[in-house]
Amino acid sequence: MAAFTLVVNGTSHTVDVSPDTPLLWVLRDTLGLTGTKYGCGIGQCNACAVHIEGNPTRSCRVTVSAAASRRITTIEGLSPGRLNALQQAWIEEEVPQCGYCQSGQLMAAAALLREHPRPSDAEIDDALDPHLCRCGTYQRIRRAVHRAAATMRAEAGQ
Amino acid sequence: MTFTASRSIDRRLFLKAGALTGAGIVIGLRLDDPRAAAAAAAADFAPNAYLRIGTDGSITLFADHVELGQGSMTALPMIVAEELEVEWASVKVERMPADPSAWPRSIMTVGSQSVRGSWNSLRAAGASAREMLITAAASRWNVDRATCRAERGMVVHPASGRRATYAELADAASRVAVPGAPPLKDPANYRIVGTRVHRVDIPSKVDGSAQFGIDVKVPGMLIATVVRPPVFGASVRTVDAAEARRVDGVRDVIQFENGVAVLANDTWSALKGRRVLRIDWDRGPNASVTSETIRSEFLRRAEQPGAVARNDGDAPRALSTVPRSLSTVYELPFAAHATMEPMNCTAHVRADGCDVWAPTQAPTNFQRTAAQIAGVPVNAVRLHVTMVGGGFGRRSRTDILDDAVRLSKRLGAPVKVMWTREDDMQYDFYRPFGIHRMQGAVDSDGWPVAWMHHVVTQAALGGGRGGAGGVNRDAVAGAAELPYAIPHIRVENTITESPVPVAPWRSVGHSQNGFVTEAFLDELAAAGGKDPVELRRRLLANAPRDLGVMELAVSKSNWGRPLGPGQGRGIAVHAATGSYVAQIAEVSVRGGEIKVDRVICAVDCGIAINPDTIAAQMEGSVVYGLTCALKGEITIDGGAVVEDNFNDYPLLRMTETPVVETHIVPSRAAPGGVGEPGVPPIAAAVANAVFAATGRRLRRQPFRLNA
Repeated sequence: MAAFTLVVNGTSHTVDVSPDTPLLWVLRDTLGLTGTKYGCGIGQCNACAVHIEGNPTRSCRVTVSAAASRRITTIEGLSPGRLNALQQAWIEEEVPQCGYCQSGQLMAAAALLREHPRPSDAEIDDALDPHLCRCGTYQRIRRAVHRAAATMRAEAGQ
Repeated sequence: MTFTASRSIDRRLFLKAGALTGAGIVIGLRLDDPRAAAAAAAADFAPNAYLRIGTDGSITLFADHVELGQGSMTALPMIVAEELEVEWASVKVERMPADPSAWPRSIMTVGSQSVRGSWNSLRAAGASAREMLITAAASRWNVDRATCRAERGMVVHPASGRRATYAELADAASRVAVPGAPPLKDPANYRIVGTRVHRVDIPSKVDGSAQFGIDVKVPGMLIATVVRPPVFGASVRTVDAAEARRVDGVRDVIQFENGVAVLANDTWSALKGRRVLRIDWDRGPNASVTSETIRSEFLRRAEQPGAVARNDGDAPRALSTVPRSLSTVYELPFAAHATMEPMNCTAHVRADGCDVWAPTQAPTNFQRTAAQIAGVPVNAVRLHVTMVGGGFGRRSRTDILDDAVRLSKRLGAPVKVMWTREDDMQYDFYRPFGIHRMQGAVDSDGWPVAWMHHVVTQAALGGGRGGAGGVNRDAVAGAAELPYAIPHIRVENTITESPVPVAPWRSVGHSQNGFVTEAFLDELAAAGGKDPVELRRRLLANAPRDLGVMELAVSKSNWGRPLGPGQGRGIAVHAATGSYVAQIAEVSVRGGEIKVDRVICAVDCGIAINPDTIAAQMEGSVVYGLTCALKGEITIDGGAVVEDNFNDYPLLRMTETPVVETHIVPSRAAPGGVGEPGVPPIAAAVANAVFAATGRRLRRQPFRLNA
């Protein structure tokens, strides 16, 4: 066990855990942020995706020691207090079924739209293909990303 | 309050009015499995659901259906609200409060029956309550009830402008006798049913707030990871837990009925402790079972006579006398459920009772089983049903509950048992392996004249060797009911055992028979020189709903118009859970790789409750079926499952997913199921499309052109 400082969703936390603990389990078990999900533990499903310094990262593949003192954003911190355009689009398009994979999907989509405000289908595929959805909501995810992108461009006056 | 019984003209519908907690109208109803035999007489009528209109304005449906993401918690309120004349979002669904030991049959969210089993009862309950409210208002206003009407949660008397809310009327209405046969709305006047409403479960699924079973945390809770036998039927010889106990955070190591559990303060500590457990196993009798030994046994049994499920004409004789006949074998692998949320359950057993938190498809079974294991009365078990990260049939099994309740009872503390993805994949209850012996013949005009289908598989449903004469209705589901007008049809099944545990997997027996029958029919079409659509048109002449759904799909496709090189179209039509689905798949084949570009999916599910949910279920079912058809398989070696994670049991990804276009047949027929029937046809539609593109037949899943 050792002490680590994590900055999660803008708040600093000091946790006392084993250095090899994956960030995923520190977020879920130690900090109680259960929006980030465990799906496979080996980086194959991306249900555990968070942002580290804004970049989508599989939290099951990052140790707490590697994540210490870096800016971490989870689904809970994506748009605190209000639903953002992406989340609204997810609702409008009725994207989730069971919903278990959707936190990871949204984190990846958010990072995509920051880089590509007008993403092509191919760019969406690139960003989201690593994310498994057993319920098969893929085509709605694509539609929702396009919808959110259009909304965000309209809001930005583009 | 007293219970008053009222028997309607429809013998399957019994309503009682009685008191639950809280004042207002309470109507007891039965939400039955529509496949069940005739309902019990009124004397032993036991409701398995209640509708309450409270004096506080609340409208609550107490029922044990579970939201899996398939929209049941939205559809059921929509149906009630339509008859009750309220906004659908004002109808809340809660779990049944009564003692489950009093219910003759529990509700499970399986078999695509949440809506179709509830359709009649929910409408009758909503309509009865509406009529009782109107009667109460008319009586209060001393007017003819025919001059009053219900709208938007109120009863109004237009002639005088008087109006009263349901909240104001509920108490008086509760003293009105429940009408036995309340008038039901004409579907032409529906305002809610048939519209696209936004599902109630979605908002919490986009901001991380939805609580799944794996997210549950209770004070003093330990996390448990369980090591199960590495070979089916193996048992523990010795356990050396010394090193495991020394891992920081590990609190205990317990050998119990299901294996060896490591209990810790947190998940990672539990997993680290598990890694250094040393267990010596007695490998038991199954260590030499492999996929090959299973296949060989099933193939051997396929050559012997099976139990006859259908016998029209004399198929064996017809086959021996007609010159052009085909004989072949189809094979389906074991398939994993692979829910995205791995199996988990949290239990807190105390001397006087038990709390259980579980993502379950079978709340009543979980409650009863928890009571048995914990040794407490069923009433003393509080079951909290969480959000469910995928069901598909896996979550009606109580094995995970067994882990949690046993461990919590041993420890006297709350325990969350969390399976890893490896546990989940290796200790699943699989869709069975199946061998299908197919024989068929066409006559001199090229029309199919004989059809023989011998299903050899394990019993996922209906147990053992099945019912009358050894026929297992699920094993031949979709095969025995072949709708095609072929004069000589013989369908047999042989239920075969293997040590691999099996259970219902989305669409159950249909998941095998949909593929086999629709792919083999395509072979007969080719043998007779018939276009597959033309063939079905003729053979479905007496099956109007199968024919109708096929024609809708065909009309939305470009069937008959040429595609590019390496491309092909295939069609499959299959009925399951009271619904009819036709799918046309367009594929491109390049370098031995199959890409499914587009699927036109037509569905006749009777009256459509929420068309968007139907489309979502068709889209999801196609992806579910394609994973099995195109990606991986569960194989057995050394008496154990080989695959253990998504690297060797891959799921279909976004780039591999076709565009699915759903078209719903307009209908006023009673609703059929929607969650499963989109699965059975897709593999055959793709296999048939690949044949059109390449001339190659695919008779085994997962499809491999370069095998």
